[in-house]
Amino acid sequence: MWKKAILRPAAVLLLFAVPLLIKSNYLLSILIVIGLYTIIVQGLGILMGYAGQVSFGHAAFFGLGGYTVAILTTRFHWPTVLALPAAALLPGVIAAIIGRPTLKLRELYLALATLGFGILVHIAFTEGKELTGGPSGITGIPYLSIGGLTFDSDIKFFYLVWITLFLILAGINNLVRSRVGRALRAISESEHAAENAGIDTAKLKLQAFIFSALLAGLAGGLYAFYVTFISPSPFGFHASVQFVLMAVIGGLGTFWGPLLGAAVVVTLGEFLRWAVPLVIPGAGGEYQIIFFGLILVLLMIFRPEGLGALGKCLKLSPEKMPGTGIPSKDI
Amino acid sequence: MLRIQALDVYHGYVQAIRGLSLHAKEGELLAILGANGAGKSTLLETLAGLHRPAKGDILLNGKSIAGKPPEYLVRQGISLVPERREIFHSLSVWDNLLLGAFHRYRHAKQEIHSDAREILEIFPALKGREREMAGTLSGGLQQMLAIGRGLMARPKLLLLDEPSVGLAPMVVREIMATLARLKNTGVTIILVEQNTRSALRVADSVLIMERGRITFSGSSGEIMADSTVQQAYLGRRVRPAMAL
Repeated sequence: MWKKAILRPAAVLLLFAVPLLIKSNYLLSILIVIGLYTIIVQGLGILMGYAGQVSFGHAAFFGLGGYTVAILTTRFHWPTVLALPAAALLPGVIAAIIGRPTLKLRELYLALATLGFGILVHIAFTEGKELTGGPSGITGIPYLSIGGLTFDSDIKFFYLVWITLFLILAGINNLVRSRVGRALRAISESEHAAENAGIDTAKLKLQAFIFSALLAGLAGGLYAFYVTFISPSPFGFHASVQFVLMAVIGGLGTFWGPLLGAAVVVTLGEFLRWAVPLVIPGAGGEYQIIFFGLILVLLMIFRPEGLGALGKCLKLSPEKMPGTGIPSKDI
Repeated sequence: MLRIQALDVYHGYVQAIRGLSLHAKEGELLAILGANGAGKSTLLETLAGLHRPAKGDILLNGKSIAGKPPEYLVRQGISLVPERREIFHSLSVWDNLLLGAFHRYRHAKQEIHSDAREILEIFPALKGREREMAGTLSGGLQQMLAIGRGLMARPKLLLLDEPSVGLAPMVVREIMATLARLKNTGVTIILVEQNTRSALRVADSVLIMERGRITFSGSSGEIMADSTVQQAYLGRRVRPAMAL
């Protein structure tokens, strides 16, 4: 109990003090990217860990959010504060359209549908020259401005992203302990049994999918406001796989898993970019990928349930020990 | 209460139920007996909306429910306790019970919590284990939990698929005694069983199924009194002393 009362607020305070302690914009930008990716992986974690579905199209939702902001603010001159909710809404609506027919089916239909969808959207970003700027993308996206506060520096953006993330975390913490969260956990354990219990599994899976797409879109919108430039390259199939990887490495169905997964994958990538050329002089990106893959394989061998389960063992997270589920707030 | 008319159900190309008709009254405990592959479980799963009938109709209080999805049927008062229990192992006993009332939770939270406490009174062996993960319970307790979860839906029609499988005789007796008490509260129960002795002890009426068809229909008294029927349809005699 004392761990919860002291360690968690201390960790949050330390995190929020980081911009005041470090002077490096590079480190700050890495933390912002981790925060943005965690928002996406939180949604994906609900979809995969609780609703038992896999999506290989979340980079497309991320991109749709980014392009929505870019197009609305540069082509149609929308106020930035309105473009951001639109960035979340559009992927949510598209997820509802894709999810409705596919989520009535079991198994990996959603994974296949989102895989195709992701590829199509990436092609649309690249080929939609008039609207999307083609491979060169869209430049000149304004900074996000909310009620006179303009997020025009890394420090301001750091606080925006991490406060947004903690609000989402609080919401998800509530959700997984609610009636709906209990039903989602039931679906992930046995869809057949959940149906038997009178749970409309297709509807709940669809809601989880829409929710995850909304979060990916929101992260995309924030990303566009942060880099003020957008192009198709960060939104390809590779990024979708990376998001799934973050969710799995972090640990499906765990509270801190998405954050840990995003942090490990992003920092590992950055570390290898720096470390590999020191070990193998002149080594390019292909060597980094080999090391990256090796480390991930080792992680999966020695901690197949993901890193989030470490927090469970230390009883730092809201869950109990691994495999024993989340205590209901209704007891 | 429940009327099934000329029902045909297929598993792929294989016909599992062939022109089956039956009628169950309110508060009746109807036992369905028969060998493996007779179509008993398929019949229950069809009533619970897990299979769509190819032909025929199912009427619940005069209203057609054939082919409706499970969540709709649970709302109409049909609750299935499946053969493999299908409790949620990683969820607590309490959460498993609450999930049984998922469809009415939003509107009556307090009422549902009081129902869950009532279930713990019906199955006192579950008392004090509310926070335990369902997967850690013994087979008998898991079966009680599965029935308890089924009752949380406040069913008008409770469907039980082989609740005695793998359980100690004492636990089976306890479960059967609970079923006998439940039918007195007005719940209609359809009990599929291979444990003929236990089923006949509590049933009001009995159906024997063979290859998707009903081959015998009568009261449990009739079947107990007629050794020819027992030999013909069950392949053995049921000793009266054991049945009573």
